[in-house]
Amino acid sequence: MPDKDIYQSHGINEDEKKLLLESLGREPTITEIGIFSVMWSEHCSYKSSRYWLKELHTSGKQVIQGPGENAGVVDIGDNQAVIFKMESHNHPSFIEPYQGAATGVGGIMRDVFTMGARPIALLNSLRFGEINHPKTKYLLSGVVSGIGGYGNCVGIPTISGETGFDSSYNGNNLVNAMCVGLTTHDKIFYSKASGIGNPVVYVGAKTGRDGIHGATMASGEFDDESEKNRPTVQVGDPYAEKLLLEACLELMQEDAIVSIQDMGAAGLTSSSVEMADKGQVGIELNLDKIPTRQKNMTAYEMMLSESQERMLMVLTPEKTQLAKEVFEKWGVDFEIVGQITDTNNLVVKHKNKVEANIPITYLTDSAPIYKRDVSPRKQKQKSTAKINQNIDIKDTILKLLNSPNICSKKWIWEQYDRSIMANTLNPAGDDAGIVRIEGTKKAIAMSSDVNPKYCTADAKKGAKQAVAECWRNIISMGAEPLAITNCLNFGNPEKPEIMYDFVKTIEGITEASRELNFPVVSGNVSLYNETNGKPINNTPTIGGVGLINDISFLEKFGHMLEGDQVFLIGNKGKNLSCSAFEEVIMGRNTEDPPDVNLKTEKINGEIVKKLINDQLLSSCHDISDGGLIISICELLIKSNIGADINIANNGNILEELFAENQSRYIISVSSNNQDKMFEILNNASIQYHHLGNITGNELKVNDKIVISLNELNEAFENLIPELMAS
Amino acid sequence: MEISIIRFPGTNCEVDTYNAVKKVLGITSKILSCKDTVIPKSDLIIIPGGFSYGDYLRSGAIAAREPIMSDLIKKAKNGVNILGICNGFQILTECNLLPGALLKNSTLKFISKITNIQITRNDTFFSKDYDKNQSVKIPVAHHDGNYFVDQETLRAIEENAQVAMRYAEPINGSLNNIAGLYNNSFNILGMMPHPERAIDNQTGSNDGIKLFQSMLKSMSL
Repeated sequence: MPDKDIYQSHGINEDEKKLLLESLGREPTITEIGIFSVMWSEHCSYKSSRYWLKELHTSGKQVIQGPGENAGVVDIGDNQAVIFKMESHNHPSFIEPYQGAATGVGGIMRDVFTMGARPIALLNSLRFGEINHPKTKYLLSGVVSGIGGYGNCVGIPTISGETGFDSSYNGNNLVNAMCVGLTTHDKIFYSKASGIGNPVVYVGAKTGRDGIHGATMASGEFDDESEKNRPTVQVGDPYAEKLLLEACLELMQEDAIVSIQDMGAAGLTSSSVEMADKGQVGIELNLDKIPTRQKNMTAYEMMLSESQERMLMVLTPEKTQLAKEVFEKWGVDFEIVGQITDTNNLVVKHKNKVEANIPITYLTDSAPIYKRDVSPRKQKQKSTAKINQNIDIKDTILKLLNSPNICSKKWIWEQYDRSIMANTLNPAGDDAGIVRIEGTKKAIAMSSDVNPKYCTADAKKGAKQAVAECWRNIISMGAEPLAITNCLNFGNPEKPEIMYDFVKTIEGITEASRELNFPVVSGNVSLYNETNGKPINNTPTIGGVGLINDISFLEKFGHMLEGDQVFLIGNKGKNLSCSAFEEVIMGRNTEDPPDVNLKTEKINGEIVKKLINDQLLSSCHDISDGGLIISICELLIKSNIGADINIANNGNILEELFAENQSRYIISVSSNNQDKMFEILNNASIQYHHLGNITGNELKVNDKIVISLNELNEAFENLIPELMAS
Repeated sequence: MEISIIRFPGTNCEVDTYNAVKKVLGITSKILSCKDTVIPKSDLIIIPGGFSYGDYLRSGAIAAREPIMSDLIKKAKNGVNILGICNGFQILTECNLLPGALLKNSTLKFISKITNIQITRNDTFFSKDYDKNQSVKIPVAHHDGNYFVDQETLRAIEENAQVAMRYAEPINGSLNNIAGLYNNSFNILGMMPHPERAIDNQTGSNDGIKLFQSMLKSMSL
């Protein structure tokens, strides 16, 4: 390979090459070029986003650890804490859907148990191309099998998620996986290395040639040749992960671990550099000791391999033998591969040769950071298509229920083990998944949300909405929202209009999370989600966690019951802009998503949470995609019961049924509890409207529109099974 | 009352099973390693669910050849009661304590849902507390639950009334909708549904409680 191409082929541009050579003051070895390339890649260095991520709202009295560690940590009382994070595995999942998705789940799980928590729940947020695109079926099938294959085998329930379809993902699907774990305050482990001379220990699966340059691949755009990258996708081994998990958690009961870091993107390189960097120490690795899967691996290959299910730890010398015994008991490789030094350098030795010797700050603090150009994108031409007011409403409701983004995702979640650990409290398809904390009355509610259509039409409003919807979903299960993680999926940040949207997204998330006391405690950025220059819709996925202090109310909550009265909490629907109605029924997209009034959001949410916790409601569901009537339909389908709904004739019935105005909920309440409910609602002076009552086995709207439960069910359930069977 | 639970590398339901035995029966069971060669005196041995050795070969195939299995087989022949759940059922067929095999689901997909199950008889060690032909709801979560056996054995199983439970409707391709099976001396039960996940209405069903209570009642006799 000619010299000038080496840098280029490592994704290091001319300016970065200059910086590298000036810093080092000499020609780097090939191993060093590899190390620089992965540490300076977008994926590891966040060079385009770091400047802006500082703006995020990350504090609150519930926060024990915000962004900057493997995952965020939040207090849930009684000396307990939850640790959670969401991460993308978009590029690998497009190239090899099963393994890409599987290793995404494995990676995020390690981020959580490396900090001392036993994983108790998995969530995911998936985006695929148009439902009829020739690749969608293959990608959906592979990704879902991969997520299930990994999580089911390790034995962690997958309890919630969302799946969307849009042509912008035709060449670049998204797989965002989230893991939530549980620990106690005294058992939280960090990555900061310390103790000169302390042993650096490698545990887990052997190192192979898989995944070399995964981080660099994940930091570039796609083109038609991308599938040739398949060999850079790692292969997951959930069985190895299970053993590693148990061994790590067992060792964590002893005072043996000084610091611990999983080997994720850029494997051995990034884990050793991050640990040493956080501790302001040096680290020396002897690669002769690395357990390898293949013979004759070079230093370059070992440092860049992204083989899965591996961890790096710094141990106290006196507990090293004990640690070895724990890992041997679980049948997991354990090798002392280096030590902490006072040089502040990363030194890599292999076969009696120094293959790399780099001051760590060159790889971290002095890494390139870009404040890229921003400029708002041109407004698209306003659609002039007129709404046909005489449209058949029954047909519209059924079409919406049968549309890809609203329809039931049962085909997907029936492939995820939901009941393992025996603490999952609600059926799939609810606003949020709920997992009980064993031995307590507490439970954690979790949800992941984003509406990419909103976020692409108006990045700031869309980001605010994503945070608010996640908050609302957690409220809908009666939980106190605690904190969020995010996964910011965007196109090429070198395009000023994408960078502009990214910046506006940060503003929106910050504003909403501050107002709702819903701080960001961890996150991930995935850029360059483009194929042949066409970017995905902006997709800043928000994963939220909330706390239920006493689960008793759940016994009589979750279903609409015969005789219940149905109410709307919040304003009547007003504007169809950016709604599912517009997209599915009119085939147009306008550029003005509904705005979130965060003050209203907060008041409405607090009151709904109170109504649920006071055991006044039979059911509650937030209003999102499809508007009020779709939210009612979803509750009826779940409850297997009908309703008689009346919408006042003085308004615009299409807007009232299908508008997606924010901060709204559908609730149902028994006649016995109505008065108490009115008292609370009136005292809080929030808007609410009576909509009808629960009865029979059909949905009636204004007596004229009648849809049987069977028709609702078929429309809602059939789309994906029919697609997958075709 | 002594209950032992065997853990293989990759087993992931041993804690759920341990908790269920504790919560329902108040009994603290022993969790054993499959590398042990002797199982302590037990009134009941449970092989819990999971993915032993990742189930990368046939499900349960490697586990069935572990050191602990020779003592398990010996004890089984001596009439000790054995319950295999999910991967445990697969392991019991792999070591020939139960006839037949559990193939990949006919859908070729993992299936996780609360299913309607019919308990066929209520006169065994495992089923005393149920009604005859009682319908119960118990979660399943498996990729390889498609019960298969040759026609002759199937006929013998049915004639002997060895089918312990059936799915109310076909979910995975199992012959005769078999969800759980006894050996011909009725001291061994293999079942795909997870009773340890059905001991509390808050998690969707408590229909598994009677299985544990039946076993306790039988052990107390």
